[in-house]
Amino acid sequence: MTAGSFQAAVVGCSAGGLEALHRLLDPLPADFPLPLVVVAHLSANSDSLLPQLLQGKCRLKVLEAEDKMPVVAGSVYVGPPGYHLLVEADHTLSLSVDEKVCHVRPAIDVLFRSAADVWGDGLVAILLTGANRDGTAGLRAVKQRGGLCLVQDPATAVAETMPRSAIAAGLADQVLPLDEISRSLQRIAPSRAKKGKLE
Amino acid sequence: MTDAELQDIETRLFFEAMAVRHGYDFRHYARASMKRRVQALAQSVGCPDIGSLIPRVLREEGFLGQALAHLSVPVTEMFRDPAVFLALRREVLPILDSYPRISVWQPGCATGEEPYSLAVLFEEEGMLPKAQIYATDINDMALAKAEEAIYPARNLAAYARNYAQAGGKTTLADYFTTAYDFSKISEPLRQKVVFAHHNLVADGVFCEVHMVLCRNVLIYFDRTLQNRVLALFHDSLVRGGFLCLGKKETLEGTDYADRFRPVDRDCRIWRKAEAS
Repeated sequence: MTAGSFQAAVVGCSAGGLEALHRLLDPLPADFPLPLVVVAHLSANSDSLLPQLLQGKCRLKVLEAEDKMPVVAGSVYVGPPGYHLLVEADHTLSLSVDEKVCHVRPAIDVLFRSAADVWGDGLVAILLTGANRDGTAGLRAVKQRGGLCLVQDPATAVAETMPRSAIAAGLADQVLPLDEISRSLQRIAPSRAKKGKLE
Repeated sequence: MTDAELQDIETRLFFEAMAVRHGYDFRHYARASMKRRVQALAQSVGCPDIGSLIPRVLREEGFLGQALAHLSVPVTEMFRDPAVFLALRREVLPILDSYPRISVWQPGCATGEEPYSLAVLFEEEGMLPKAQIYATDINDMALAKAEEAIYPARNLAAYARNYAQAGGKTTLADYFTTAYDFSKISEPLRQKVVFAHHNLVADGVFCEVHMVLCRNVLIYFDRTLQNRVLALFHDSLVRGGFLCLGKKETLEGTDYADRFRPVDRDCRIWRKAEAS
């Protein structure tokens, strides 16, 4: 895969996801050139604190995803609890309250499939720790459309069911611990500064 | 051409067929969710791809009903987002109480759980006798269920939790009669809700009302359609009438941001501004 050909990253996680997201996002530089769209399974009736919690040491801007919000580089978009999060063809976000998928809403599968439709081989999909099988069907769609699938090494995950399910289905291009996923992201999507040095 | 691009074309043509043949226009719905629904429809009727739906929607008798049932997925519950119902109870109903008669329009009512929740609020605030709730949807199957007002008894526990958080004054079971596995809304409440077929995309103002409650409908529309529907709500409301949208819906970025003033930002409640 040639550096710079990626346009966006999507991330899915469940049990143990908060800590995992910190490890993934905190090392990314402020000029990381891809937008990241994140779905984490949360309780539906709680107002989401996740964007605030994630902002902590993260150098990118962390936002709660809203209807029609444009997806731009340098930001992390987090789906609100109780809504599926999808990406539209014009690179804006949309929400739905359609039925749960894999018993959850938001479902990782829903985000990954819609993002795969939009970004095709320009998409990196990252599946992290979790205790159900959500995400596997989504990664299948990403792979079919030529995207890159990174899966957390189950041995390093708080809950291994989710990454293990994707690996068992033969969908992981790379199986890596969190720090490696974060480094891998920076390698495939070099920041502007580094790109300058390379040229 | 990639498979994704081909599916986009098929989806567009399918919506074209629905609009031209039947007058149901989904072309201004947010596409990503609709594509999932169309795919689910294709799968459930045994079509290998979205394109194969087109001849059926054009020619097959009775297919429209099936298609509509899949395209407008009724997902709802009683007192969903209890904080919103608490805000309606505390901030909105006391003002509505100053009117001799109160009309409320609830478009996108699906299977009726939300209008009945509202009827419970009116009952508990002593306003039911002068209240009238009009609940509309494009899904006739959902409307028929709503009119029946019979729900699986196993859902009641979750509804009762919502109800308590919404400031419920007694127990939710008081408003139902339960037999075997089903619970029916009590007759006085049921009679206060009139269900009707109405299509926000194509139909005009439904009636003059003091409040429009329309939650989690606008998220399915593109900006063009959002503006059309907001115009409809604006025209339907009396001066100072209330508009309540879904927790993640906003007037910001629409043509109507200045025509309403916020009452409760968190619960997404606005009032129609005085003449502008």
